Amino acid sequence: MTYLQNIGTYFMMIGEMFRKPTRWSVMKTLILKDIDDLIVSSLGIIAFISFFVGGVITIQTALNIDNPLIPKYLIGFATRQSVILEFAPTFTSIIMAGKVGSFITSSIGTMRVTEQIDALEVMGINSLNYLVFPKTIALTLYPFAIAIGMFLGILGGMVACSIGGYATVDDYILGIQTDFDSFHVFYAFVKTFVFAMVLATVPAYYGYYMKGGALEVGKASTSSFVWTSVVIILLNYILTDMMLS
Amino acid sequence: MIEVKNLHKSFNGIEVLKGITTSFEKGKTNLIIGQSGSGKTVFLKCLLGLFNYEEGSIAYEGRIFSQLSEDQKRNLRAEIGMVFQGSALFDSLTIAQNVMFPLKMFTKMSQSEMEDRADLVLKRVNLPDAHKKMPSEASGGMQKRVAIARAIVNKPKYLFCDEPNSGLDPKTAIVIDNLIQEITEEYQITTVINSHDMNSVMEIGEKIVFLKDGLKAWEGSKETIFRTDNESVTNFVYSSNLFKKVRKMYIEENE
Repeated sequence: MTYLQNIGTYFMMIGEMFRKPTRWSVMKTLILKDIDDLIVSSLGIIAFISFFVGGVITIQTALNIDNPLIPKYLIGFATRQSVILEFAPTFTSIIMAGKVGSFITSSIGTMRVTEQIDALEVMGINSLNYLVFPKTIALTLYPFAIAIGMFLGILGGMVACSIGGYATVDDYILGIQTDFDSFHVFYAFVKTFVFAMVLATVPAYYGYYMKGGALEVGKASTSSFVWTSVVIILLNYILTDMMLS
Repeated sequence: MIEVKNLHKSFNGIEVLKGITTSFEKGKTNLIIGQSGSGKTVFLKCLLGLFNYEEGSIAYEGRIFSQLSEDQKRNLRAEIGMVFQGSALFDSLTIAQNVMFPLKMFTKMSQSEMEDRADLVLKRVNLPDAHKKMPSEASGGMQKRVAIARAIVNKPKYLFCDEPNSGLDPKTAIVIDNLIQEITEEYQITTVINSHDMNSVMEIGEKIVFLKDGLKAWEGSKETIFRTDNESVTNFVYSSNLFKKVRKMYIEENE
């Protein structure tokens, strides 16, 4: 029953977010600030993780190919498919649920605890529009960050392949070009966009509707990470089933 | 003037406000006092429109809040200034940006006009050099003064303060009390203060509403509170020996 109530409140929050919009002159500043806080400040960690995980995927693929009849270019092929289809959109989004999600929940939750949200409401400002809408718009740029992650993941694989001597760079490049299907990239970006909306709204829900003090802000951040991850995993399954099967 | 008639408010079937009728006068500092759990905060949040109530009415200069359209409510809220217990300053904005916030949201002033107005009110609350500081860099008393500056910057008709002295030393508390009273008289606004602080009651309580168990148990002024024989009020206000002596001296001096 509580789950159903939470789901209902979540969708009502989404609806409320679009009512009584904040002045564009103010909203513009909020969106730019959130792009900086949520996207630009995440690029470093996305780049770092993507590069090294791409390398690990390459090494593990190479080490598992012990049949001499299997061509070496399959290392590049497997790395590309893993990075584009699953690692960059889903795995990175789970990490972002920890980084971006916790930031959103704790910042909005702290505003709730310190009556800053009440202050907005007393002034007649739609606090959901003021706080959550700019984050949602900022995270529409999240697919660009994931595109960088895809590129660096494949590049990391190539560097690992070259340093470890698992295959030649030419073989690797041949592998990443083999049977390329642009629909897979489209599928990955559709997933990424949906995950971006989840990353903006689920943590915001946990922050906005939290009650209590500092301890509850911490608990809300933890719940936010858990449920954002669960929703991402479930949507990943549903979208994959809908678009690829 | 704010008129409250027969206000009822419940949470999960438990009645917290049981039919309060009172009024808060323009140009005066009106205090709501009472023990913890008496319904003061709920009453204040109903006055601010943060809580819906089941029965009764709240009228701002004749405008009954529950009967207003969303646009009218928004316009009314632009006439309200609020000082929260914890100041509720926006952490990510400087003090000047905090003060200019209502102007940015509700007026078409240019940046320089907003800066001039923020300058004026910050000087009014004796913070002429705090513009660029972040709220976290300001002391509790300074934060309260910034909150007052933010509340009055858009020339409100109504000023609400929730425990404006909580967490402040007695000297700073008096400064804040006097500042609120001066601003109330100067701008001729209707000020409603939710307070536990008996010093405030004695200093600035031009009208005092005493709540007990969700009901208005007494109302009067700082002058009449010394002479009241209402047991609930005397038990609460004169619970300390110091205030008992103050009361005795006041009555002896004025006899």
